[in-house]
Order: sequence, then C-alpha cells, then structure tokens
Amino acid sequence: MVLYSLTFYLFSSVAVLSALMVISAKNPVHSVLFLILSFVNASGLFVLLGAEFLAMILVVVYVGAVAVLFLFVVMMLDINFVKLREGFLQYLPFGALLGIVLVIELGILFLTDRSSNIYNNQTPLQPIVNEVENTKMIGQILYTEYFYLFQICGIILLVAMIGSITLTLRDKGGVKRQNIDSQNTVDASTAIEKKKVKIGEGI
Amino acid sequence: MTYDIIVTGLIIVAQILAVVVPVLISVAFLVYAERKVLALIQLRRGPNIVGPFGILQSFADALKLITKENIIPSGSNKIVFILAPIITMVLSLAGWAVIPFAPGWVVSDINVGIMYLFAVSSLGVYGIIMAGWASNSQYPFLGALRSAAQMVSYEVSIGFVIITVLLCVGSLNLSKIVLAQQTVWFAIPLLPMFIIFFISALAETNRLPFDLPEDESTLVAGFFTEYSSASFVLFFLGEYASMILMSSMTVILFLGGWLPPFDVYPLNVVPGVIWFTVKVIFILFLFIWVRGTFPRYRYDQLMRLGWKVFLPFSLFWVVATSGFLVYFDILPN
Repeated sequence: MVLYSLTFYLFSSVAVLSALMVISAKNPVHSVLFLILSFVNASGLFVLLGAEFLAMILVVVYVGAVAVLFLFVVMMLDINFVKLREGFLQYLPFGALLGIVLVIELGILFLTDRSSNIYNNQTPLQPIVNEVENTKMIGQILYTEYFYLFQICGIILLVAMIGSITLTLRDKGGVKRQNIDSQNTVDASTAIEKKKVKIGEGI
Repeated sequence: MTYDIIVTGLIIVAQILAVVVPVLISVAFLVYAERKVLALIQLRRGPNIVGPFGILQSFADALKLITKENIIPSGSNKIVFILAPIITMVLSLAGWAVIPFAPGWVVSDINVGIMYLFAVSSLGVYGIIMAGWASNSQYPFLGALRSAAQMVSYEVSIGFVIITVLLCVGSLNLSKIVLAQQTVWFAIPLLPMFIIFFISALAETNRLPFDLPEDESTLVAGFFTEYSSASFVLFFLGEYASMILMSSMTVILFLGGWLPPFDVYPLNVVPGVIWFTVKVIFILFLFIWVRGTFPRYRYDQLMRLGWKVFLPFSLFWVVATSGFLVYFDILPN
C-alpha cells in the first residue's frame, strides 16, 4: 500500500510539473516533449486506477500518434520566441477564464453524489477491479448503452477528416503522377520502338 | 513489512536482469550473425579474426566504440541530444517485460500485453525524432522527419493486423494469444496478415529495404550522423534489441510462441523456451536475408505501400475475419 501511494504521488507530481513546464518552457519543442511526459504519467495514473486498457490507449493514440505529428509540425516551424512572449498578457484573462470554468466543473463533479450518474445508476465512475477484464467491460458498455454516442463520435471524426482533406487538397494540374499499374503492365512491345535511322539525318 | 518490500523489490530486479542480460548478449551475437550472413550472401568471409570464427567481433567493436571520445556538437540542444539515445535504448528493452518465453516465464503477465507492446513500439519514434532535432544539423533532421512519417504510417497497418489476431483470440493477454494457437498457428489461416505484419515490422524497426531514416547514400547516416562513441552504441543496441522484440512479437502473434509445430512425442518434450528461441532466430534470419536481397525503397513508394496497399487490405481483412467469425458463430469469448 505504501508502494502504491508512493507511485501515485510520483506519477501525479511529475504529471503536474510537466504540465506546468508545457506552458512555461521557452522552446516550443521542449513544451511538446513535456506534454508527452505528462501524457505518459497520466497513463501511469490510469494503470494505478486499474484501467489498464485506457492507459495503453492513451499512450498509443496520444503519445504514439497525435504527439508525434504535433512534434513534427512544431519542429518544422521557424518560431520567433520573443514575439511569442509578447501576446502573453493579452491572452491571460481569456486563459484564466477557461481555467476557472474548468476548476468549477471539476469541483461540481467531485461534490455531487456519484451514484446519481446521469446516464445509468449502475455504472460507477471507477472500474471494478478483478471482476472481468476491463477491456471487455468497456466493450460491453460502449457497444450497447452508448452505441449511438459512439457512432456519433465516429461521424464527427469522419467529418473533421473530410473537412481537413478538402481544405488542403488542391489540384494544381500539370503534376506528373506515377501510375504503378501502367508501369507494371509495360512490356517490350509498348516500351521500345524500333526505327530505321538514315545516316546523317537522325530522327 | 519493509522486509517484504525489499524481498519483492529484489525478486523484481532479478527477473528484469534475467531478461535484459540475455537480450543484450543476443544483440551482440545478432550483430555478428548479421555480418556473417551478409558476408555469405555476398561471397565474402565476414569477421573471422577476433576469437574462433570471429565470434567475439561484436564485443571488440563495442569496447572500441565506448573507449572513443564522446563528441557533443556545440550547436546541439545538449539535454535532448543526450536523452535521445537513452530513450531509444530504454524503450527497446521495456517491451521485454510482457514477452512470455515459455508457459509462466514472463516478468509481468498483464491483461493488455499486446497493447503494451504496441504502445512501446510506437514510442520508439521519439528517440529518432529527438536525436534528429537536437543535432541541429540538416541530415539528421531530414532523417527524423522521414522516420516520423514512416513509423506513424506503418503503425496503422500493424494496429489492424493486431486487431485481426485479437478477433481470433478474444483476449489481449500474450500468453492467451499463444495458447489460442494450439490447434493451428495463426500464420496459416491469417497468412496475408502475417506477411503484412512482417513487412511493417521491417518499416517499424527502420530496417532495409525501409531504412530511409538512416539512408547512407543520401543522408550520410541519417538521424545519428552527429552521434559518436557510447551514445552511438546505445542507438545501435536499441535498433537491434527492438529488432529482436519485433521478431518475438511476430512469433507470439503468428508462429505459436513457445508451442511446438506438432503436439507429438519427440517434439513436445523439447522445452518451450527452445522453440521460442528457434522461431525468433528464424524471423531474425528473414530480417537479415531481406537486407541482403532487396534494394532500398524510394520514399514516395514507401508511403504508397503503407497507405494505399497495406491499410486498405488490412482493413478489408479485419472486416472479412470478423464477418467469418460471426457467420460461423465461432467468435471466442
């Protein structure tokens, strides 16, 4: 039990500290790296909760894919650090407002009685450990009770994906593309043309 | 109370060492084997001076590299530059925690073993990106960009291959995945997935013909151009350790892990760990064989293969497999 609390405090303190470093680090690449550290520690907290499936999904999706692309973009940008600092005070009230709203929401969540969950009275917020594998439990709830919500999430993601593709897709025309099928079907009769070249004339 | 914690701690450390030390030693012999096999393919002799048949060559090389001067470029981002090889090395060893070598021979038999392996292998890209960025030099940076795009692309098809296997097993636990193959290894009913997984594993470990992040002919040495001495050794060890890890993953998913090919008398008395090792060595030989045989892919061809060939095909296969399992009502619980 001592070990459990020690690991909890280790993960949570590193997560909070690295989250602070995300907004205070001078170099944006360092910010992203701290964000990744924060994600990994959050997934450690999930493991301590007994939600190992969520922990692994967090690492696979956020750290393994989203943050890689994020890092990719931040690395490519040529950011002027001094200019980036200038707007800080201007956005401070807005950021503070968001923070306050979040804190109030979290407070409401903690203060309300957890058994009166709006969707279902039988599903507690914390997973029940040692009963069924929690991967199975998530599947049993996600594909039965929350089926429509799950589908709607999928459609939202699809719309976002199509939107970003249509925004960036530009057909400039005149671009030479490689057609693998036509390359593979080439044989001697279509690739080589025999010509009789007369001496001193050329083709 | 404290005595218990110390004892458990010592047992855990002993277990970790019992896995990590053989892995590191096998890395040394894998490097030797690779050089020897490539030499045989190219009708050369390969290393033959240090020790009998040159078998100690890797140890000599490691000693040489470690005693060299460690150069950190003045323009580099020092902390990230030093962290990158360490992360690569640690991640390539971390995956071994869940690998079952034989029934019960596993450090941590967690429920989501395959997800853990997938997560660890997808984190491997960070070592490369950090190295490329922190070097503050053109060639490593290009290598890092290539690797970021490449590994993210091939992870998608690896994910679908894993889903197909999981549909046939009904569990994410690696030991259960192996035990589900007692009647037939998944390499036989899921042969196309096995091939896709093997090719994606080549891309995921940056091996030839997909070693574009370290493409010698265009990028000097890619992401580790600026690395020298011990930090270079860490990258090198990390690459080979993750190669062995991906091979073990292939063996567990498709070649029946520690199970013998047929459950008949002379075969089933051989210990499981020996079957496991033999299969891993076979897959590693395929890795080396491919390196000695195929030319390097061009970058756009690599991306086309990942997104336009493997992704649609593996997606189709996931749907087909689940349809088959549901139609014949043989979906595992």
